[in-house]
Amino acid sequence: MSIQAPERLSFIGRDIERVDARLKVTGRATYAYEYPAEHVAYAYGIGAAVARGRITGIDSSAAQGVEGVIAVLDHTGAPRLGETNNRELLVFQSDRVSYRGQLIAAVIAESFETARDASQLVSVSYEQDEHDVVLTEDHPASFRPEHVAYRVPEVSVGDVETALAQAEITVDQAYATAAAHHMALEPHASLAIWEEDQLTVFESSQYAYEARDVIAKLFALGPEQVRVINGYVGGGFGSKGSPRPQMVIAAMASRVVGRPVKMALTRQQMFPVSGYRGPTVQRVRLGANRDGELTAFEHRAAAQTSRLHDFAEPCTTGTRTMYAAANRFDTHRLTRLDVPTPSFCRGPGEAPGFFAVESALDELAIASGVDPVELRIRNDTTRDPSTGHEYSTRNLVACLEEGARIYGWSRRRNQEAEGWRTGHGVASSMYPTYQMPSRAAIVAYPDGTFAVRLAAVDIGTGSRTALLQIAAEQLQVPLARVNVEIGDTSLPYAVGAFASLGTASWGHAVHLAGREMRQLLEGTDTIPPEGLRVEVDTAEEIQARPAKANAAFGAQFAQVSVRRHTGEVRVDRLVGVFAAGRIVNPRTTRSQLIGGMTWGISMALLEETALDPNLGEYVTSDLASFHFASCADIPRIEASWIEEDDADINPVGVKGVGEIGIVGTAAAIANAVFDATGVRVRSLPVRLDDLLGD
Amino acid sequence: MIEHELSLYINDRLHQVVVDSRRTLLDLLREQLRLTGTKKGCDHGQCGACTVLLDGTRVNSCLVLAVTCEGAHVTTVEGLGTADALDPMQEAFVQHDALQCGYCTPGQICSAIGMLDEVRRGVPSHVSSSLEAVPAVLDEREIRERMSGNLCRCGAYVNIVDAILSQVG
Ligand code: FES
Ligand code: FES
Repeated sequence: MSIQAPERLSFIGRDIERVDARLKVTGRATYAYEYPAEHVAYAYGIGAAVARGRITGIDSSAAQGVEGVIAVLDHTGAPRLGETNNRELLVFQSDRVSYRGQLIAAVIAESFETARDASQLVSVSYEQDEHDVVLTEDHPASFRPEHVAYRVPEVSVGDVETALAQAEITVDQAYATAAAHHMALEPHASLAIWEEDQLTVFESSQYAYEARDVIAKLFALGPEQVRVINGYVGGGFGSKGSPRPQMVIAAMASRVVGRPVKMALTRQQMFPVSGYRGPTVQRVRLGANRDGELTAFEHRAAAQTSRLHDFAEPCTTGTRTMYAAANRFDTHRLTRLDVPTPSFCRGPGEAPGFFAVESALDELAIASGVDPVELRIRNDTTRDPSTGHEYSTRNLVACLEEGARIYGWSRRRNQEAEGWRTGHGVASSMYPTYQMPSRAAIVAYPDGTFAVRLAAVDIGTGSRTALLQIAAEQLQVPLARVNVEIGDTSLPYAVGAFASLGTASWGHAVHLAGREMRQLLEGTDTIPPEGLRVEVDTAEEIQARPAKANAAFGAQFAQVSVRRHTGEVRVDRLVGVFAAGRIVNPRTTRSQLIGGMTWGISMALLEETALDPNLGEYVTSDLASFHFASCADIPRIEASWIEEDDADINPVGVKGVGEIGIVGTAAAIANAVFDATGVRVRSLPVRLDDLLGD
Repeated sequence: MIEHELSLYINDRLHQVVVDSRRTLLDLLREQLRLTGTKKGCDHGQCGACTVLLDGTRVNSCLVLAVTCEGAHVTTVEGLGTADALDPMQEAFVQHDALQCGYCTPGQICSAIGMLDEVRRGVPSHVSSSLEAVPAVLDEREIRERMSGNLCRCGAYVNIVDAILSQVG
């Protein structure tokens, strides 16, 4: 039998409607907390009221006495948990408090209202120790971490000190970025259901298999005894990449009370409990000749982590790959404080790191008198300057040139009208291209339809749509004949949605499975009623890839207006051009890029979770006091791309677009603020008071 | 716990329910009536995910106690259109890809519909140049201002504004 259509069907690159858009606009997409469960009970968490110390007593008798309360769980009576390498998940296992807001107890009740109400009646006493919550560049307890996001913490090439001493022009500046929280609109939620020794969890997770394996270990189960379902996830941005305490609490509570239990973090609880982008303090030293050609490039970063788990924001790893300079050095310091554990957050490392580096480049442009676009072009490279590897594709220069053309860079002017001064800024973007092994299965049915199955997840990126296009293209059948089933660990293993590697990794697997299915069908006359199935694994092909440097690049151009007497900054226009491999779906890709650039504006001008050093707490812990961009903050954003044909990265040629949109944006905006005002802001977010005073 | 009997219309259907006096309209919809299209993002009136139309006016349903809704007419996203016959605003959101994760989307759509009605009635906004024009003027800037009670963390604002603009007659 042949499924070959007379003309080749082509779906990759086509502007196709998001396949779940209609479900989402009618409210029929079901998120974790919303699955129906018979006789469900509600858990409500209680957070610690000190930043460091020990719980000396918990009195929950009043809460226990409330009608409708089923149980109160805390470290004195909670079931013992098994192993994990993330101590944030060892909930209710000890009397230690490691940060303010850490969940230390939970009330389980017939209704959410009763659980929340009764939680007020639980009284906790503490022995409080002095806390240390403030990150500094040279904190006495800082150390060089063993790795930063799976990479080495330090790279040294050549001799930076000598090169700096001999440089005609140098830049030496400190930069800082604020702590900021992901704040996905869907609060972290879990619904746990035990049937005998089988546990099913509906989970707001970016990585179902990881959640499954972690929870299985904690409850001493085999992985096959746990099923995690993450059909729809209301945004994640890194915060849902690994399980959070509410998942453990829901599973624990459900086992204790013998009923399904669901739990969502409140918006306020999300601040201490669901991760965040930690603050950074960075230093950049550049050495260049009079033409702006870099000879020395140094980037140092300091970040914080909790006492429970080491997470080091990989601020300088992107610098390793950016510009040609024969002498380079980058390094990280990490300090353990009495704070919640930070985590991966959209554009981890690169987003704060590029604020520093791309601001410093602008300072070099000013110092050398070289146009900032030209300066970046002059320092481009065809080989990764740290490893010497050739790039599979690198189109930074094309992005800069195309962006400058679209923006009208050469015609830019500074204007002043009605008290507003206008300025322009540019910055480069980059995000490495990663890929991880995944599996995928395809089943062909006698009616001519196909099921594509893998435990991928669509957290809003459009992956469901992209995978459909990739599968239909390989199978050479209309889209309507292909069903993509994702979001469930009963499907073949797939890596999670993070580091912009989802569509690349899953797409690769779907592509292979599609090809195999096509070959199988060519030698098959009839399809049995139960269908024909193939399943593939990409691990071998990924191993066999050539040793090249792989990354997506981009350039962003911002126009800002600054109000002279108030310091108010408005982004008037933002243009981004990216080179991110093959674009599977222009519509969802544009949305992803615009989404990232929106985050960039937000990071530049708004986002800061304020720390109260006395309380040891992130105090702006709701959406009225932690501000991220609202509709009124965002102008027209123009995102476009240069298509690349890069067969070295994966057979579909996808690089991923989830992160790159946020990388460099804040620097482009801060550079534009300098252009408008002459004030160089080296600490994010740009605040009104930075710009007052003239 | 104090319980109340309550009758109200949801998407034109009469519901007679017994509610906890502490229950919000949002939790009545989501937990009791299984109308989970209306989302809970903050439970504090700070995100707009829970926006519904209450007697035709957009409200944050997390800030409305269910017991105050006796006899009220509530329209949720489920009452706007079906997958085959979308409301024009829903269709516009699809066409403009004005959504990503979809969690803010029902609230955005209900809010946009309520907002257009406010404009028809001449309700001014913070950025309106005239406080008296009926209908109020609606341009991009006005839409951005009037939709700022509905946060979207995915960053779909650019497309949301375009979707709404396409529905301005
Ligand atoms: S849930 Fe009602 S405004 Fe956020
Ligand atoms: S689409 Fe995800 S929050 Fe708006």
